[in-house]
Amino acid sequence: MLSANMVALAYLAASILIILALKGLSSPESSRRGNAYGMMGMGIAALVTLQLDAVQNYAWIVAAVAVGGIIGGVAARKVPMTHMPQTVAFMHSMVGLAAVLIAVSAFYDPAAYGIAAADGGLHMASRIELFLGTFIGAITFTASLIAFGKLQGVLSGKPLVFAGQHWLNLILGTAMIAAGIMFCATQGWEPFLVMLAIALVLGVLLIVPIGGADMPVIVSMLNSYSGWAAAGIGFTLGNNMLIIAGALVGSSGAILSYIMCKAMNRSLFNVLLGGFGGEVASGGTAQRSDRPVHSGAAEDAAFLIKNARSVVIVPGYGLAVARAQHAMKEMVDALLARGVDVKFAIHPVAGRMPGHMNVLLAEADVPYDIVHEMDEINSEFSDTDVALVIGANDVVNPAAKTDPASPIYGMPILEAGKAEHVIIIKRSLAPGYAGLDNDLFYMDKTMMLFDDAKKACESILQALD
Amino acid sequence: MNTLTHDVAQATTQAAHGAPVDPFVFSFTVFVLAVIVGYHVVWNVTPALHTPLMSVTNAISSIIIVGALLAAGPVEMNLATVLGLVAVGLASVNIFGGFMVTQRMLAMFKKRK
Repeated sequence: MLSANMVALAYLAASILIILALKGLSSPESSRRGNAYGMMGMGIAALVTLQLDAVQNYAWIVAAVAVGGIIGGVAARKVPMTHMPQTVAFMHSMVGLAAVLIAVSAFYDPAAYGIAAADGGLHMASRIELFLGTFIGAITFTASLIAFGKLQGVLSGKPLVFAGQHWLNLILGTAMIAAGIMFCATQGWEPFLVMLAIALVLGVLLIVPIGGADMPVIVSMLNSYSGWAAAGIGFTLGNNMLIIAGALVGSSGAILSYIMCKAMNRSLFNVLLGGFGGEVASGGTAQRSDRPVHSGAAEDAAFLIKNARSVVIVPGYGLAVARAQHAMKEMVDALLARGVDVKFAIHPVAGRMPGHMNVLLAEADVPYDIVHEMDEINSEFSDTDVALVIGANDVVNPAAKTDPASPIYGMPILEAGKAEHVIIIKRSLAPGYAGLDNDLFYMDKTMMLFDDAKKACESILQALD
Repeated sequence: MNTLTHDVAQATTQAAHGAPVDPFVFSFTVFVLAVIVGYHVVWNVTPALHTPLMSVTNAISSIIIVGALLAAGPVEMNLATVLGLVAVGLASVNIFGGFMVTQRMLAMFKKRK
């Protein structure tokens, strides 16, 4: 049994290890050690808590950890990398639900947490903290479940918009806060449960109007919420380690949301209002022009890239949809073996969550030192012989720079059009999710290769010899 | 334990200022400083590792298992204990799942031979 001071110091050590885990992610080399630090921190936190006098129920606790640990461990081994966004969304909902359960049990039995007031109830500060922790946790729980459903395809990715939606949310939000204030004043179960129920419904309503394409922002935002929920529980329990860990996660998710919004040139408010993607696409198809394009065969593409000095590949999510990563990797290997300088250019929203495309490429054994972020590589396109665009569309659309009337105007793009030649592998001329035509397709230096991404890579590979 | 840390904190702040400081203010100080640390550490994360960042932060926010363990702690079972045990299970899914899937992803990032 450690003294209270020793426990507090052990929690401090765990907090530092968790900060080091995030710090390790500044480069792939240091990241693996960072992850080990994170596990150590979590281990210390759990073990120190287990040896407290208040914790005696070991058999049941070990059983709960074993069941959860096995489920988590198996899922972590099996989940395909393309399914990471929904996996992360699902995990956020677990954090939210756990936070709610802890808050309910703290309200039911404050003495177990040592936060009971003299009369057996709760202090005012604890009530406010409990209110905040509960509703943030509840919104995180249901909102993440809906996000999971949309990403997994269980629910339609189309935004669900109806008249008076935002007013309904506003009224519910106000009612939730009113119930929370009543709870703080009376410590009654009724206002607590009303507040909890409204928060659960609000979580659903906040996410249904948001289209599948905006999910990277939403997943990042829920990442942030799950952190704030943890910090809220930390305030309730007066535990600094929980506050520190929650604050780190909260700011991490907030920064990722900001980066995603900036990459799409949208404000967070605009994303949250919802309704983007879906209907717009049909309007876009109608305005598609009948301008001529240069289309070519895989042999023509192979001829261009094997005689090039430098090739920059711009992968989009279409690459992953066609499961073409491995075929593309073989093509890249053949080019590297011929001495062609091959690089990858990644747009921040190339995948379905921040950094998703980098993981998909790493899974296909593409070395990370030839994979570059947008800001690093954009200046290199003008010195590039061939830009090869696979399954990407809006992120290379020059209209974002040149056409103030375009809905994506102002969005940062990969300047593939500056390369000497552009090859675009695409199934058809269908527009991307923003529903826009792409001038890049009609340029003189552009060759369209109409095929499935996987087949196209295989055909190019064959034609290289 | 938690009240004790607070008492210690209060005692130190009291010693310095001569007036008692609310435990909430002490927690809030820690919170604000942690947000600032988080801001600086996360901007340093390379964009290529943003997906592992999200999965590892998921595991980290499951540190609320500490609260779940306290709820599940008493031997006599009641509603609070049962909810606590469920929360322990949920948090364990995330802790094991989150760290392991992060490790799996990080192991994929290799340099050119």
